[in-house]
Amino acid sequence: MAGPTPYMALAFILFVIGATGLLTRRNALIMFMSVELMLNSVNLTFVAAGRAIGNFTGQVSVFFVLVVAAAEVVIGLAIIVAVFQKRNSASVDELSEMKG
Amino acid sequence: MDFLADYLWLIIALPLAGAVALHFGGKFLPEPLPGLVAVGAIGTAFLIAAAAFVPLATGEAEAHILMLWDWMPGIGAAFEIRWDQLSALMTLIVTGVGTLIHIYSIGYMHGDPRFSRFFTYLNLFAASMLTLVLANNYAMMFVGWELVGLCSYLLISFWFTRPSAAAAGKKAFVVNRIGDFAFIVGLMLVFTQFGSLSMSETVLSHPGEVLSPGTATAIAILFLIGAAGKSAQIPLYVWLPDAMEGPTPVSALIHAATMVTAGVYLIARNAAIFELSPVALPIVATVGAATALVAALIAVGQNDIKKVLAYSTVSQLGYMFLAVGSAGYVAGVFHLMTHAFFKALLFLGAGSVIHGMHEEQDMRKMGGLRTAMPITHATMLVATLAIAGIFPFAGFFSKDEILASVFANGGYYLVLWGVGLFTAFLTAYYMTRQYIMVFWGKPRWVEGLKPHESSLWMTVPLMVLAVLSAGAGFLNTPQLLTLEHYLEPVFEALHPAHLESELPRILGMDGLAFGLAIVSLGVAVIGIATAGFVYARSSERFRQWFANATRRPMNASENAFWVDKFYGKTIVLPGKKLAQGLASFDSFFVDGAVNGVAGVVQRIGMSLKPLQSGFVRSYGATFVAGVIGLVIFFLTRGGL
Repeated sequence: MAGPTPYMALAFILFVIGATGLLTRRNALIMFMSVELMLNSVNLTFVAAGRAIGNFTGQVSVFFVLVVAAAEVVIGLAIIVAVFQKRNSASVDELSEMKG
Repeated sequence: MDFLADYLWLIIALPLAGAVALHFGGKFLPEPLPGLVAVGAIGTAFLIAAAAFVPLATGEAEAHILMLWDWMPGIGAAFEIRWDQLSALMTLIVTGVGTLIHIYSIGYMHGDPRFSRFFTYLNLFAASMLTLVLANNYAMMFVGWELVGLCSYLLISFWFTRPSAAAAGKKAFVVNRIGDFAFIVGLMLVFTQFGSLSMSETVLSHPGEVLSPGTATAIAILFLIGAAGKSAQIPLYVWLPDAMEGPTPVSALIHAATMVTAGVYLIARNAAIFELSPVALPIVATVGAATALVAALIAVGQNDIKKVLAYSTVSQLGYMFLAVGSAGYVAGVFHLMTHAFFKALLFLGAGSVIHGMHEEQDMRKMGGLRTAMPITHATMLVATLAIAGIFPFAGFFSKDEILASVFANGGYYLVLWGVGLFTAFLTAYYMTRQYIMVFWGKPRWVEGLKPHESSLWMTVPLMVLAVLSAGAGFLNTPQLLTLEHYLEPVFEALHPAHLESELPRILGMDGLAFGLAIVSLGVAVIGIATAGFVYARSSERFRQWFANATRRPMNASENAFWVDKFYGKTIVLPGKKLAQGLASFDSFFVDGAVNGVAGVVQRIGMSLKPLQSGFVRSYGATFVAGVIGLVIFFLTRGGL
């Protein structure tokens, strides 16, 4: 049985991929998926760390994250759909009406 | 009696109820009805007052106080009615003359689009004035005092679409404010000295035990300023001539018969305080004499029929002040009453003339009206003789008694007596001048004008007032001091030397009283004869010469000695400058501080604005950079 290191490495890679996607893509849907990727990489570190320490705190935390993420998905997708219906595009760069 | 005494509050409540009813319901009533409602309200109040007056007059009942309800017990302020000889007399004058003028107004205001509103105000005024005179309490009196000022303002500017009427109402209000301020300061002084505002605990119960002569002088002077504002005395008389912008019944009711006499009433009511001061009464008398003279001089040169009467009113009010300032309280109140009759008659007659001449007020465009308006002419003649002081009309007795009581004081008062006598001459002169200019000579009417006699609504009150103007003098002849004895309970504590011995002694000195009466009558006859000669009996050449010779003084008189201009330059203009200065302080410093804070916040916001670039990914990059920064921070610190 290996230690948490490989899981942590995988989580790190997933997090970097997510962060990179968030910063480089301009499609709101893709950015959204990137955020999900980052959330799940963090979930992975929770589970791995919990396993290494030997309690369930990490796994319980994951459930909370999943619940919050589910709610976030609902609202986020709704916003994206609404924006898409209105302007036929999901590019975040065009959503700059509120700029100062 | 006891039954009536408990219902005295109706005297105030009825006109008030009339005003409230007309305010809400008046506009739904067709034309004469609102007037009839108002007449009914004040007429019933008059009947109640008259019924309650009889036992007082016969001596069956004594003065008493009717407590209505407590208001501010801590300062002795309550709504309580004082029904004594003085307030009963004032109530009869207010409701009696008021009723006649209400009736007259039905004819005068015929066809006015705000007919019912006019009667609302008239009834409200009556209720306010009755609150003033019936108060047994300075606080309640002050309420009435302010309310009559309000009604005066509302009624002067009743035709508010005319800018001059709106301005006149404002002027009356502001000038009265000056007097009211002094009055309320005087009330505070009364309260600090006595610890109460109830008259039965202050002025009417040995004020000499509480007040030092100095404090009494201060209170008296403050009350005098208040009275001078309300009663149009020097230096606050300027509002009354302008108040003629109001409808003529208003001039008759408020600015001749009732409200403007409130100052005389105030001084008579507080005579006990004035007597405590060594200087207050001479000051009152001097103010009165000066006002009487100056206003009479101005009246001589006026060409507006109502302006003559306005200055005449100021002059006659000065006479009343002269009377109370000479401790001739009964004479003052007596003249107040006779003046209410004949001056109301003069104003109503003038209103009838104006009405018949289709709103013409310039006497130079009248003349020869005696045939066109016989009733108005006859009643105006009675009133003119009454105010001029011709035996046996009312003005003769009251004016003679004033002059006698001034004379009785001797010393300095002899000067004032001379001034009063000269004013009597001027009064006879300008009233005859007016009478001739309006009713005699050739018609100088605007072409195509057909003067007509007024309706019965207007002429009947004229006739009633003419009877009163002719006969009221016999209430107090030197032989039959009816009014003197009637008012004795009110003034008996004062100046006992005067009431008990001095005046009757001097008047009783065979010859002297008679001589004084002959002198004042002679002066009046000379005045009438002079005016009659100048304006009616002289040749055209003499009239030309007279007009040229008196051009400069007449011009000064016509322009009221430019007092308004002088006040405008010395008080109004600096006041406006000060107000403008304060306004610029307000807009520069106060507004500047507020706007400055807002400007600073705005500038900070502007400089931070570029942070909101509108690019979601740049926010994300900032976010990530922040997280990395935090991680590095914690790692270098060696853990959390």
